[in-house]
Amino acid sequence: MTGSTSEGVLPGEVQTGSETPLLRVRDLVKSFPVRGGVGRRGKSFVQAVAGVSFDLSRGETLSLVGESGCGKSTTARCVVRILDPTSGSVEFDGIDLNGLSADDLRRSRRRFQMVFQDPQASLNPRMTIGQTLSEPLHIHGVDPAESRDRIRELMSLVQLRDGDLDRYPHQFSGGQRQRIGIVRALVLRPELIALDEPVSALDVSIQAEIIRLLERLRDQFGLAYLFIAHDLSVVRHLSDQVAVMYLGTIVESGSNSDVYDNSAHPYTQALLAAAPIPDPRIERTRPRIVLAGDPPSPINPPTGCRFRTRCWKAQPRCAEEEPVLADPGIGHLVACHYPEASNVITSRPDRPIGGAL
Amino acid sequence: MTVSVTTSGSGMSAQRVSRIKAVGGLLRHPAIAFGVMISAAWLVVVLTVHWWAPYDPYESVGERLRSPNGDHWFGTDALGRDVFTRVLYGARQSLPISVAVIACALLIGGLLGAVAGYFGKRVDTVVMRLVDVTMAFPPILLAMAVAAALGPGLRNGFIAMVVVWWPIYARLLRAQVMAMKHKEHVEAAVSIGATRSRILRRHVLPLSFTGVMVNATVDLGQVVLLTASLSFLGLGALPPAPEWGAMITEGAKNFYQWWIALAPGLAMVTVVLGINFLGDGLRDVLDVKVASK
Repeated sequence: MTGSTSEGVLPGEVQTGSETPLLRVRDLVKSFPVRGGVGRRGKSFVQAVAGVSFDLSRGETLSLVGESGCGKSTTARCVVRILDPTSGSVEFDGIDLNGLSADDLRRSRRRFQMVFQDPQASLNPRMTIGQTLSEPLHIHGVDPAESRDRIRELMSLVQLRDGDLDRYPHQFSGGQRQRIGIVRALVLRPELIALDEPVSALDVSIQAEIIRLLERLRDQFGLAYLFIAHDLSVVRHLSDQVAVMYLGTIVESGSNSDVYDNSAHPYTQALLAAAPIPDPRIERTRPRIVLAGDPPSPINPPTGCRFRTRCWKAQPRCAEEEPVLADPGIGHLVACHYPEASNVITSRPDRPIGGAL
Repeated sequence: MTVSVTTSGSGMSAQRVSRIKAVGGLLRHPAIAFGVMISAAWLVVVLTVHWWAPYDPYESVGERLRSPNGDHWFGTDALGRDVFTRVLYGARQSLPISVAVIACALLIGGLLGAVAGYFGKRVDTVVMRLVDVTMAFPPILLAMAVAAALGPGLRNGFIAMVVVWWPIYARLLRAQVMAMKHKEHVEAAVSIGATRSRILRRHVLPLSFTGVMVNATVDLGQVVLLTASLSFLGLGALPPAPEWGAMITEGAKNFYQWWIALAPGLAMVTVVLGINFLGDGLRDVLDVKVASK
């Protein structure tokens, strides 16, 4: 378990201050060209990610949460360089990935890996599991004996048998395939793994099992996770930091308890209010926030605050001025002109709840 | 590069069983079974005809222009050669060359199309404009032009047909590759650091070929006809050779001796029918979308 260049950093240690974070994303923008219809001239662009910044330290987990189409998966793909960002910077361990040559980028990929949403689609159906798992090691020049050991070790960690290596993806269940996907991400001993909704394609009964597995692996290998989810309840006990995205921007970010128990952005509150609570007494009495309509098209986002078209607190100012992500005096960052911190989960502000979710 | 941890291998055998079942289902369909039978019969003819053919295809073995009888099942032609024997030997001309044309067109066109689809941008523009230009000509006209420019003969006919046929596979494979390159398993290959050529070779091409193989099978019948057409026009096989198209030309000269043209015509009908049934069957088995209907 070597390969880390910065010294004196213990896995799982939360870093603060001037220490370089493992991952540093600044003003990340990714836009895609939109083909015009017949006779329409000129290209228009859709900004899937419209200026996102965050830090992630070694061993920490940052969850990006938001509804589908908000740009969270695109952000993850830009971070692990499956997509090239349009502008902005992604620094990994102090190295700006934009500045690397194609070959250097390929070589540094061993340090950040990805687990995909659909475990079936993310495995090559024509390759056996053994071929799939040894390919990254072969590409990065790990010697065959070492490769075999690593694969065996990880296979047993995720409770797959050695005999499974000779089988094809279609011979496994969804949960098993996702564990294979996780092993593939782990064989190169990365420091960061981007997890793109790794459990949302799985049965509920298997989701918890995979989440527990991810937690165990993180603690064992000192991994940093960038966890993408559309459901706040899934990420709750896994993450250290949470960032809520809406239409390509982060609207609120902070530590787990900041966002869950003391959310200040109306969108975050709506998301939290939508998650069911397994306690019927709280569930019955807590306030309902139902958002009207769908998110607006990112091709033509609203002026000012992007959330104002669905916000019940919108004022004329929201249409004119885009709120910046800043701390309104509650200890974490919110992009709203009229933030009000409250605990929507229990509707009792300022009282921390213990394990209700 | 594979990590081979050998075990019972039960997985492989399960796959083999499902494959055998698929083939069994294929043969149960009468049209497909018919196609397989005819194709297999012609294959046997191609491989073994020299052992059991009744006469020599080049020798005069009887009276000229005899109508079909017990000695000469399809009569004799203007030089007294046995038409039945010549038709059987004709399979040795048409079928191998048709397979070779498809194989070459698939290799050249498929490769160009895959590269165009995968790399996009300028490569794509150049390849696809070339495809457009080639496909703008009626196939038989272009093949005639090329064959005429190179001079008659089966080899030049072969080149002409590859020139006509490659754009079909370029288009097909380009579309397949473009659909394939945004799949998650390709993204996964990017994220493990695979080079672009490795991704194309191992993660895109093997999965893009299934649909194209079905098309290639069905096209084989078309190429058999094109080969005959070129020979019929005097641009393919040269006279003494027992080629089906060339034989029909001879038949046209002896119009009232209908058997001379009928025999190679029947041969072509059966070959093309057999291949088409076979291709349709393959599509049913390999393409889930059609099979589930």
